[in-house]
Amino acid sequence: MEGNIAELGQYIGAGLAAIGSGAAAVGVGNVAGNFLSGALRNPSAAAGQTATLFIGIAFAEALGIFAFLVALLLMFAV
Amino acid sequence: MATEAAGEGTGLQFHPMDQFIVRPLFGDGPVQWYTPTNVTLWMFVTLLAIIGLLVVGTRGRAIVPSRIQSIAELSYGMIYKMVEDVTGKDGIKYFPYIMTLFLFIVFSNFLGLLPEAFTTTSHIAVTGVLAMAVFITVTVIGFMKNGAGFLGLFWVTSAPLVLRPVLAVIEIISYFVRPVSHSIRLAGNMMAGHAVMKVFAGFAAIAVISPVSILAVTAMYGLEVLVAFIQAYVFTILTCVYLKDALHPAH
Repeated sequence: MEGNIAELGQYIGAGLAAIGSGAAAVGVGNVAGNFLSGALRNPSAAAGQTATLFIGIAFAEALGIFAFLVALLLMFAV
Repeated sequence: MATEAAGEGTGLQFHPMDQFIVRPLFGDGPVQWYTPTNVTLWMFVTLLAIIGLLVVGTRGRAIVPSRIQSIAELSYGMIYKMVEDVTGKDGIKYFPYIMTLFLFIVFSNFLGLLPEAFTTTSHIAVTGVLAMAVFITVTVIGFMKNGAGFLGLFWVTSAPLVLRPVLAVIEIISYFVRPVSHSIRLAGNMMAGHAVMKVFAGFAAIAVISPVSILAVTAMYGLEVLVAFIQAYVFTILTCVYLKDALHPAH
């Protein structure tokens, strides 16, 4: 057995942090899907809400980016 | 893209993260704060592109605008309307700052998509400074406009009294996390997209899967063009939202 246990933990942790990216994908899809179903019911109101859509996507995505950051920190900084 | 990396079965010829290394333009000494690097070069190109669009492009001031003038007018109108919609009439005063941010980010992102170019916004050092500038500006504006009333942002009056201290803690944490998420969202998206393109480009060296990988690079490039614009838009609109919080802190 070569290598040390801390390096093993780093790689496993980085892989686990990648789950967060998938969770963020679910969140972003949820926001966009709900926007679309609302927009198809009332298309005239949809144009005014695109800014809200992007804000919602940005907030959902932020947590996925945090997971990505944790992975990067584990891989390159720790 | 370095798709011509030779040698079948020799593995990756380049590391996907190599494109983000900051190198001096002349020679290869250590990078000091005054060393002209590829980051300096591409920020300068960004600056030239913005001047080309907004100063040279609109020089004619034609009533029937030329193509470049139309683009300049469209982008100006889009950001102006965004600031007006999100922050209201009293936010218009800060429009020049938000327009500057948007143009810098959108041009850095698009110029970074050129082959062999350096994406300045893929570095947290760059986006971190932009986000900290927004954070400090917004906090200072909030306290100047509202005085201690700005702290009402953290005291949710619409919630039951028992919950308010708990919510205040959460609001304060989320307020201080803003510059982090603001900067990492942009840098992370740029870096991840460019790294994925390089990874697919690396697979093109293996003859069996090279058609698939070239198709994948093309598709990713199309997606990245979209992401480059959307991330600039998101950065700008979040700046507007933070500014709105500073101008009207009441919940």
